[in-house]
Amino acid sequence: MNIPFNFRLTDFPVEAETLRLEVREFLSSALVDVPKETRAETWYGADEGFSRKVGERGWIGLSWPTEYGGSGRSAMERYVVLEEMLTAGAPVGAHWIADRQSGPLIIRYGTPEQQEKILPGILRGETYFCIGMSEPDSGSDLAALRTKAEKKGDKYIVNGTKLWTSGAQRCQYMIALFRTSKEEDRHGGLSQFIVDLSLPGVTIRPIIDLAGRHHFNEVVFEDVEVPETMLVGKEGDGWNQVTAELALERSGPERYLSSYALLQELIKEFSERNDYEGVTEIGRQMAHLTTLRQMSVSVAGMLNDGENPALEASVVKDLGAVFEQDLPNIAHRLMDLEPDNQGNDFQKYLAILTQISPSFSLRGGTREILRGIIARGLGLR
Amino acid sequence: MTDETSQLLSDTAEKLFSDHVTKNCIIDAEKGTWPDELWSEVIANGFNLILVPEELGGVGGNWMNAGILFKASGRYQAPIPLAENIVASYILSLAGISQPQDSILTILNGAFVAEKDLLSGSSPRTPFASHSTHGVVLYKDGSDLKVGLIKIDKNDLKDSNNIALENRGHIELDKASLIENSKVDCDSNLVKKLGALMRSNQMSGALESILTQSVRYANERIQFGRPIGKFQAIQQDLAVLSTHVAASSVAADYACSSMDKGNPDFAIAVAKSRIDDAVSVGAGIAHQVHGAIGFTYEHGLHFATRRLWAWRAEYGSGSEWSKVLGEKAISNGADKFWPSITQGELDI
Repeated sequence: MNIPFNFRLTDFPVEAETLRLEVREFLSSALVDVPKETRAETWYGADEGFSRKVGERGWIGLSWPTEYGGSGRSAMERYVVLEEMLTAGAPVGAHWIADRQSGPLIIRYGTPEQQEKILPGILRGETYFCIGMSEPDSGSDLAALRTKAEKKGDKYIVNGTKLWTSGAQRCQYMIALFRTSKEEDRHGGLSQFIVDLSLPGVTIRPIIDLAGRHHFNEVVFEDVEVPETMLVGKEGDGWNQVTAELALERSGPERYLSSYALLQELIKEFSERNDYEGVTEIGRQMAHLTTLRQMSVSVAGMLNDGENPALEASVVKDLGAVFEQDLPNIAHRLMDLEPDNQGNDFQKYLAILTQISPSFSLRGGTREILRGIIARGLGLR
Repeated sequence: MTDETSQLLSDTAEKLFSDHVTKNCIIDAEKGTWPDELWSEVIANGFNLILVPEELGGVGGNWMNAGILFKASGRYQAPIPLAENIVASYILSLAGISQPQDSILTILNGAFVAEKDLLSGSSPRTPFASHSTHGVVLYKDGSDLKVGLIKIDKNDLKDSNNIALENRGHIELDKASLIENSKVDCDSNLVKKLGALMRSNQMSGALESILTQSVRYANERIQFGRPIGKFQAIQQDLAVLSTHVAASSVAADYACSSMDKGNPDFAIAVAKSRIDDAVSVGAGIAHQVHGAIGFTYEHGLHFATRRLWAWRAEYGSGSEWSKVLGEKAISNGADKFWPSITQGELDI
C-alpha cells in the first residue's frame, strides 16, 4: 500500500502576513472588554456587535468571489484571520458557521435569488446560520435521519426534530438536511434546505450543557411550510453536498485551538516557577501545536487549489481533538490548582475547558467516525 | 531543483532501495558486513553529495531534496550511513573542503579542541565509525570555529552499536592530525541540530514503513474467519498510527524547509520532539497489530521499530528538544508565544 495522505507544506503569501498584522492591531483594541470566560470559548463565544465589526472590516467572506460580495482573497488569507481571532479569544461564534460553510454552500449550490437574499447579511456580520444535521435517532449515523420534507405545490412541508443544534437561538437560518423521498439507498433521497427559523411551526428549545451553558438546542418542525425556492442544489443530492461541506468543517484552526487560552495561561504561570517537567511539557505541546498548524495550513492550501482533502481533514480533526483534550489534563497535572470559575485566570480557563473538552471529539464528527474514514483511506474497509 | 527533479530523485531512491535493501542485506549488516553493493549504487547516484554545491562537484540540491533521501533510507532501513554522509559532506562544503576520493564519512559529535592543527577530544557513539574512512569535525581553535577532516585510525576507536545493531564507535583523539581544516561561520551546535534533523526525517520514513507493514498484515492475517483488519478495534488503532505518521512527515518536512530558509532552530526542535511522541505511540500499535509474529527476529518489523527506538534518543531526545522549546516560550513570555509559532522563531 501507499500512504494515502497528500500533506505538503504550504507557505502563507506575503499579503497574508500583512493582513495578520492588521488583524492583530484590530483585536488589540476590539477585545478589551471581552471577559475571560467568553475568550476561553473562542468560536463558541458569540458577540453580535463584534461580528458586525468583523463584517465592516471585510473579514467575513474574505475568500468568497467578489461577484458574491466577498473580498476575493485567498483561502490562506482567510486562514490567517481565523487563527488570529481564535488565539486572541475573539468571540467569533455568531458568524462562524455562516462564514465557514453556509455561505460557501450557497455560493456553490444556491440559486441567484438565494444568494442575493442571504449573502449580504452574512457579509455584514448580521445574518447567522446553524447546522441542522443530527436528530434524536441520527447522530454518527447521519443517513438514518427521519425529518421529512414533503413536496406539496410550491412548498415543502417539514415535520421532525433536529438535535444538538449549536447557536440556533441566535440564528435567522438553518441549513438543514431533510429526507425528501424514500430511497433504497440510504444516502439517496436527502436534500438540503435554507430554513427561515422564524417560520410558523418552528420551535427552538434550549438544551443546557453540563457546564450550565445554553449552546445546544432542539429544533422542532411541525408542518413548517418551506418554499421550494429554499431548496439548495438538487433534490436528492443532499448527501454529496453535505460530504463536500464536511471538508470545510473539519480541518480549520478551530479544530486544534480550542484549548489554546489554557496553554498561554500555563506559560504565564510557569514564568514564575523553575520546574523541569513543566517546561518540557510546554515545549512538547508547542511541538504538537506547531505540527498541527502546518498540517491544517496544508489542507487550507489544498482547498485553495480546488482539491478535495476530505481524508487529510479527518486526520487534522482527529489529532487536533486529542491535542485539545489533553491540555486540560496536562494543565491539571502540572499546576495542581482547582478549576474554579471564581479563581484566577488560569483557574477560570481550566474550569471552562475541562468541562467542555469532551465535546471536542464529538462535534463535527466523532473520533470513531473520523478514524473509520481514515481506516477506509488506508484500505481497511 | 524543480518539482520534477524532486520526483525523479524520489523515484530513483525508491527503486534503488527496494532493489538493494533486502532482508538479508540488513541481517548481514547487523552481523557487521558492510553492504558494498548497496553503498556503491548510492555513491554512483551521487546521493551522498545532494547538498554539495555543483562548483564543489556536488548535486546542488536543497534540504527538501535531502529530506527525500533521509526519509527513503529510513523507510527501507538501509543499513548504511547515507544520512550521515549527506550531512558530513554538507559541513565540509560549508568550509570549502572537498571530500577525499572514495571516502566514507562519519560525523564526530563532542567537544574538540585543536592546538597547531592537532585535534583532541572524544566523540561517543559515532555513527558507522568502524566502516568510515574519514571523520568530519566541528571544533574550537582559540576563538575560531573550524571544520576539520581526520582519517579514522582504528587505534582511536572502540566499537559498539545501538539496539538496531548499527555501528556506533567511541572515538578518542589525542593530538590527531587534521588532514584539512578551515574556518567556518556557522552555529557551534550545528552537528547536533543537523543530527536531529536527519534522524527526524529517517524516523518519518521508518514510521511510514511500520504503517504499510501493519496495514498489509492486517489485511492478510485471518482470525475468527476474516482478516483482522476488518475488526473495528484494529481499524481504529491503525487510523491512530497513520495520524502520527502523517504528523511526523509534516514535522520533518517543516524542519527541512526551515533549513532551506536559513531559520531552522525552532522547526528542528519541533520535529525531534513531535516525532519522538509519534514513535512511542506508533511502534506500540504496529507491534500490537502484528501480534507475536512481529516480536520474532524472523519477521522484519523490528528492523524499523528498533531503529525508531534508537534514533529517537540520538542527537537529543524529544524531551531535550521540548525543553529547548519550553524554556524559550517561557522566557519570551505568553504574549509572544503565538507570534513565535506563526514566525517559526525561537528568539522573538
